[in-house]
Parts: sequence; C-alpha cells; structure tokens
Amino acid sequence: MVARPLPAPQTLVPTGSVHSWDVVTAADGPGTRFVTFLAGCPLRCLYCHNPDTWQRRNGQLMAVEELVAKMLTFRPFIQAAGGGVTVSGGEPLLQPRFVQAYLRRCQEYGMHTALDTSGFLGARASDELLDDTDLVLLDVKSSIPALYKKVTGMPLEPTIAFGDRLAARRNLVRLRFVLVPGLTDDRENIAGVARLAAGWGNIDRVDVLGYHRLGVSKYEELGMRYPLDGVLPPTPDQLAEAAAIFADHGLPVSAT
Amino acid sequence: MSEKNAWRGFTEGAWQNEVAVRDFIQANYTPYTGDGGFLAGPTERTTAVWAKLSAMFPEERERGVYDVDPDTPSTITSHGPGYIDRDAELIVGLQTDAPLRRAIIPNGGWRMVEGSLRTYGYEPSPVVADIFTKYRKTHNSGVFDVYDANILAARKAHIITGLPDAYGRGRIIGDYRRVALYGVDHLIAAKKADKAASRAPFTEALIRRREELSEQIRALSELKEMAASYGYDISGPASSGREAIQWLYFAYLAAVKEQNGAAMSLGRTSTFLDIYLQRDILEGSLDEAAAQELIDDFVIKLRIVRFLRTPEYDALFSGDPTWVTESIGGIGADGRPLVTRTSFRYLQTLYNLGPAPEPNMTVFWSPALPDGFKRFCSQVSIDTSAIQYESDELMRPRYGDDTAIACCVSAMEVGKQMQFFGARVNLAKTLLYAINGGRDEITGVQVGPVLPPLTGAVLSYDEVAQRFDTMMDWLAETYVDALNIIHYMHDKYAYERIEMALHDSDILRTMACGIAGLSVVADSLSAIKHATVRPVRNDDGLITDYETEGEFPAYGNNDDRADKIATELVEIFMSKIRKHPTYRDAMHTQSVLTITSNVVYGKATGNTPDGRRAGEPFAPGANPMNGRDKHGMVAAALSVAKLPYEHSLDGISLTTTVTPAGLGNTKPEQVTNLVGVLDGYNAVNGFHMNVNVLDRATLEDAMAHPENYPQLTIRVSGYAVNFVRLTREQQNDVISRTFHGAL
Repeated sequence: MVARPLPAPQTLVPTGSVHSWDVVTAADGPGTRFVTFLAGCPLRCLYCHNPDTWQRRNGQLMAVEELVAKMLTFRPFIQAAGGGVTVSGGEPLLQPRFVQAYLRRCQEYGMHTALDTSGFLGARASDELLDDTDLVLLDVKSSIPALYKKVTGMPLEPTIAFGDRLAARRNLVRLRFVLVPGLTDDRENIAGVARLAAGWGNIDRVDVLGYHRLGVSKYEELGMRYPLDGVLPPTPDQLAEAAAIFADHGLPVSAT
Repeated sequence: MSEKNAWRGFTEGAWQNEVAVRDFIQANYTPYTGDGGFLAGPTERTTAVWAKLSAMFPEERERGVYDVDPDTPSTITSHGPGYIDRDAELIVGLQTDAPLRRAIIPNGGWRMVEGSLRTYGYEPSPVVADIFTKYRKTHNSGVFDVYDANILAARKAHIITGLPDAYGRGRIIGDYRRVALYGVDHLIAAKKADKAASRAPFTEALIRRREELSEQIRALSELKEMAASYGYDISGPASSGREAIQWLYFAYLAAVKEQNGAAMSLGRTSTFLDIYLQRDILEGSLDEAAAQELIDDFVIKLRIVRFLRTPEYDALFSGDPTWVTESIGGIGADGRPLVTRTSFRYLQTLYNLGPAPEPNMTVFWSPALPDGFKRFCSQVSIDTSAIQYESDELMRPRYGDDTAIACCVSAMEVGKQMQFFGARVNLAKTLLYAINGGRDEITGVQVGPVLPPLTGAVLSYDEVAQRFDTMMDWLAETYVDALNIIHYMHDKYAYERIEMALHDSDILRTMACGIAGLSVVADSLSAIKHATVRPVRNDDGLITDYETEGEFPAYGNNDDRADKIATELVEIFMSKIRKHPTYRDAMHTQSVLTITSNVVYGKATGNTPDGRRAGEPFAPGANPMNGRDKHGMVAAALSVAKLPYEHSLDGISLTTTVTPAGLGNTKPEQVTNLVGVLDGYNAVNGFHMNVNVLDRATLEDAMAHPENYPQLTIRVSGYAVNFVRLTREQQNDVISRTFHGAL
C-alpha cells in the first residue's frame, strides 16, 4: 500500500459538537436570543440543570455554516425584536475554534453575540474570540476556592484569571451567580463574588439566579443520582438578600 | 342638533357631503405619541356601577344565565328602557329592560331558542312557539329545507362543523360611528336615495336590493324610536363626546337587540370618539377624569352584552363570548399613527374595571407605532393578558386604514365589507377519511367518496397525499354548497337590517371558510413521509390506529420539512375552495382559527398518524400541537408566520403563553422584551398573536378556587375568556398547553 499524505485536517473548517438550540427571551443575555448549547463540560456543578450536556459525545457534529444557516432563519425576528445569539453549554470554551468562527459569522450578520461560560477554560479563548464577543456571561459559582471545588469539582483560580483578563481588555461582562440555599448562600461567599466583580469594573449587570429543581427529571432519565436531594429553591427574601449584597458593592443587579 | 353646531370646529371636507367616516377621521384626529402617564383612574361613580354588576356575576356564572325574558322576541324596539342604576349611568341602554336579562331572538331558529330556554329552566311561550313554527319560518328551517344527504352526512360526522345554520352568523360590523357623525335622518336620506337610484329592470338581484334597502330604512327609524324611549333624539348628529358615545352605542345596541350573531364586533371606534372628546377638552367642558369616566361607562355596557345560547354552542365557543371586538391603533395611509389618547383610554378600562374578556381589545401592531403606545400595550398584556395583536402591516395594504376585526382575526373595511361566516372543516378527520376510503374512522359509515381500501403494511406518503387531495376536493365542494345555502337563508329569514343599514349599499362580501386541525395533519403527513407508519385495522377492515416508528420533524420548530407541509395545505385547500361559485359572488377566503372548538373537534376525531390519541384536543388555531414545539415560543411563532396570509385572508391565529419570568426580571425589561417579540413577529409577517402572560400555578389555583379569580382573563385562539367560565375539560386543555417559560 502506497502511503499517501493525510487530507488536510478537518479542523480547518471547524465543526462543533452541538447539544441543542433554543430561542429564548430574557434568559441567556439581553432580549430574544438564538441560544446554542454545545456538548461537553469539564465542571460537574452539583446543581447543574443540564447534565445531558456534560459529555461531548452527546452532541451532534455540525459545521459552522450549518449552525449559521439555522441562526439565519431566526435573524429577521431577532433583529426586529432586539437580542442576538448566545453560545452556551456545556462549556463552549471546550470548542474555542468553533465558537470563534461561529461568533465571527454572527457579527458579520449584525447579530449581537454573547458567550456563556464558567471561565474555567478561559485561557483557551483567543483574543480574536473575545473580540467577536459582545457580552460575556460569566458564571462565578463561588469566591472561596474550597467551596468552588466542592460545587464544581474544579479549582477557582482559572475563572478569576479569566475575569481579570476580560477586565483588562474591557470586555463587557454580565456576571451570573447561582444562589443555592445551604451551598452558596453564605454571606462571605456572596460578598467575595461581589468584591471580585466590583474590582473588575466591566460588569454590565449581576444576575442572581435562584437554584431551581427543573433538572431533577433529567438526572432520572440519565439514571444518575441527583446530588442536591432535599435542597429547596431560595425564597424571594433570600434572593433579595443576596441581591442586596451585590448592590452594596455598587453593582447593578437583578434577581430571579 | 343642527350639523352646524354639531360639527363646530371640525376641519371641513368631503365627509360633510357624503357618508365618509374615514375621511372625517383623517381630517380631524390628533395622533398621540406620548405614554400612558396622562391617564385617570376610575371615579367613585364608575366603581359603584361596576360593583353593582359584579355582584350579579357569581349567580350568572352559577346558573349559566342571570335572567331571561322568555316571552318577547327581541327586536330593536321590543323592550322598554333598562338601566343598571339610572341616576348614575352616563351612557344608557340595555338589550332588555334589565341588566343581564337575556332575550330570545328566534329568527335564527326556534329549536335553539326552545333548547336554551329549557336548559335554564324556562318554559317557552306557546304563542311565540306557534309564531315561529307555524306562521314565521326561521333561518334554521330554511337551511334544512335545502340541505342534501351529502351535506347532512358530513355535518353529522363532524367533518364540517359549527356551521351557523341554527344561530346568527354574526361577523358583520355596522359602522356605528355613522350615527354619531351624521345622525339617523341623514343616513335614512342617503339610503332612500340609493333605493331611488336602484331602478329597473327588476331582476332578482334588484328586487332583493330594493327590499333590503327598505328593511334598512325601517331599521334606522326603529333605532331612532329606541333611542327616544331613553329620552334621546338621535335624528341629528352628536354634538359632544358624551353624545357621540351615546349615539354610537345606541346603534350598536340596536344590532345586539336584533341579532345574536356569533360575533357582534364593534369596529374601530376609539380614534373616532377621540375627536369629540378632544374637542370637549379644548372647549373646557371635559377633563381627563371625565373623559375616562365616559369610556369606562361605555365599556361597562359592552361587557354585559349577553345572548341566550345552548350548551352545545357553549361547548364550541365557551365562556359566553360575544366578540365585541374593538380594533385599536395601527398606522394611517399617510404614515401618521392612528393612536390617540382614547386608544389608551380603552385599554385603561382593563385597570379601572379590572381585566375582562369583552370588549375584545385588538391592537393593530406595526413597528411604526409610537413607542409609548407599544410599551403601554405590552404592559397591559403583562398585567391582564387581555389583548390580542394583529399585523397592521399585513392588513393596511389590503383593506386600507379604516379596517376592523370582526370576531377574532377577520379583517374588513368598516362599512364597506362584510363576510359570510363559514365556521370550519376538520382537516384531520379528512385525512383519516382519505386513509379509510371515505369511511368514518369512528362509526365506519361511508361519508366521503369511496376509494379503494389501502392494503399495504406501511403508509406510503405519495399514496396518502393523493387520496387526501381527492378527499379535500369532495370536502371543499360540500362545504361551499352548505355555506351558500346557509347564507341565502340567513339573508332571507334573519337579515341584519340595522348592521347593513350602517354599510354602504354596495359592498364587498367574502365567503369566510376555515380549517381546523392543521398541525395534526402537518405532523401526520410528516410522520408518514419521514418515519414508518403502520396502520392498525379493526375486524371490519377499518384503519383505527397507527404504529409509528422513527422520528419525524414536527410543525412548530421553524423546520421547513414540516412547516412546508402546513403552508402547502393552506394553499391547496384554499385553491379547492376557490373552484366553487359562491352565493352573491362573495370572494373566497379562509381562516386558520378554532376558538375553543379545538377541544370539540379533537373529541370527534380518531387516532391520527402523528401519535395523537382519539379524542385528544387539536391545537388551537394555527398553533403547533401541544408539546411538539420543542424550541420555545419564537420558533413556534416562526412556523406559524410561514402560513401564507394571501391564502388565508380571513386570518391565522396563534395563541402564546409566557410566564412573566420568561420575559424578564423586572417589569421594564418584561415590557421591552414583549414589545420586541411583537415587533419580531410582525417583521416575519406573523398575522395574529394572542399573548397570555401567566404562571401555570395561577391557572391551577384558579381551577381549585374559582371564587378567588372572578376576573382572571386568558386569551384563547382569537378571543379572551374568563378562565373560570371554561369547562373543566377546556381548562385542562389550556393548562396542558406548552407554557413557554425560560428554564
């Protein structure tokens, strides 16, 4: 058999592993957005409501242009409605080349772009990618390294480093914090996240998201044990208290 | 009142010499581009009058009716004056001599009157029964004299349903504004002139025209007489805001005294009335609180329009709807918004009196509407769920800028156009007939044309599609035949004298056909095309169930593979309808609208190849099937927006429900985002959107404790209803529908 040179690697035309897509309002960035959920995530957050997106193999391989074509069917609606596109997951920065190529194309079509990330893989985001991102939805799950590790299974440090980098290059950031009673609701933990955000100075808004139990059935379907059995969603008062801590640090905040 | 005084301060124009309300509006209205900050709350008087009525509603809800006059067939002048609280009312007039007292209107059919009276424990008067069974033929009797075996079979099998052959057809909007602007005498003179000009040869058409014009003139005289019984002389034009509302309301009242049409819509009155209210305010005779109070009192009257109907009727159109549809907003041909302060005042009644299904507030949406108005509408939707939206951008180029909606989604130029309401056919059942060679899937009876039995183990798309086409040919012909008969007889035995008196003498008529079950058929055909569907036969060889293996794209996900099936269906059925000549050469149209009858249609339809089980409700209107729209409300809306309006000119209805949180965290954000969704839907040529902003928990609590939610209003396929007045089955249907909230 004669050896032949291998064909050019597929990665020249990036393909992504896409778990699913949705069009949502007021959930993953401002306005009405075409949200793509990419498959694969290095974190294992105890309260994760999308455990079906953890494995990259659970996605469908798509070329950037396929996803762009899908996005374009929503563009007239979204541009009239106000909104844009969001890449979420999973952890989109597990597939940075695909994300960058896609967001670039979206910007070329005049769409506002958002990246929903934990920041854990922030180092993989090229400057080019961050230039193509109008808004980073940065999930800071805790400000205390030990607690971060407990909640996500991973270290906190990369997220802080990513936050610092975004601040330095003046990327607009919407910070998201999930309030889980008995897990992340310690006052010192919340204040720590608020101090980080206030220090960065590029925060568009802080969204305090109340933990909810809508993911429970997915764990059952996947035959997995739900790690937060018995934990209840925060009360409106608890949410308001958490929001107040962020507000005390001079941050615009909304709580749901 | 002389025209000189009544028209003081108005810009002169052609409207003074001919009946031309639209020209009057254009020459005289003042667009308002601000926000709702100027609006006034309810006065004590308003609150007291509303409270008096509200105290009567629980009993009405409990019994189904509050009171009935079983002995007096209702006409414009049949009943003496009636009041809620005579000294407190600013705008007067009731359908009978007491509030919530329902009248009988037997011209449509005696059986319906008899049935409804017995349902509510009233004995029909033997004298009236004699009149309408022995001496005076009704619309219903006329229709059944002519129906043939084919139509009767199709009707009995529920493949053609809800036909207005036993009740008033409705969906005719009198231009009630004409009475306020010109006074009755002027209108009588104009009709007399039209009659005088209708000269020989005395063909059947001319004879009918002259008789109809005579009936119209007679009705106008009776309108004057009825107003006089309340102490008003409306022979001349109205000279103030209060009079304009009163004159206009008397005209509308005359219509609902004489016709129990399914939908008795009001038209497009807010900007017209604004001209009068604005003049009063400038003259110093009215302030904002007083202007709002007049509108509140008017709306109170519109909220208590009642008809006596049977339980079968209620099952089709539940919640006692009357479709007093008022069309608000939109943009004029010259680009100025047709939004005035009174447009805001109408919507403000939903705060001042609390939410309510009637009048059916319908906003004509355009991206060019003033931002303040857009945001106010959005806010009212979020607070009350009581508004429906229709695309001004689709209607204005076709019908002009003085268009109003009759019923839910039927656009017509006011005073210049009417429709022959045709209810709808069950397309899902038609597909099952195609599969079973014209036999009914439930009874086994041969109803449609005979086709050879399907023998294969797997349904073939091409074969089923071809048979479906044949079956739709039969259906369209049978359907138009039935409608021609119905409207011939309605004109003959239950002619809408006063409503037609408030139209031009030469008008455009449409034959408004309709289809139900669109999403069931689209998904079923998609399943046959993209998955493997095995028919299951019973002992009789009838295919009664389907085993579907594999995945198939469903309508409602902005996926062209399924959506294209739906868009083609709309176009194909419309083209089949167009092949059949219509009574009075009416223009063929169709709608994709079910109102709440999606539940009844579903009940009458067997298992379908998409996996829907026998008896399960269809989706309402053009909605995707419950739970099959997997990608959120916007993706579903985009699928619906693909349906071609030019082939569905009688309207395409989409009902959406979002949770407040699904629109945003804060009220301003929710308002902005809902405005965005409405702009977005408009941009992709979506026609109609019902917007409910509700939590599932609220509805469940309302089912458990209806007494706590007397005014909870939700929108269902083209109208709004009191949730607590729906049947339990319909409540469950509403709740099981996808709640489009954020995860």
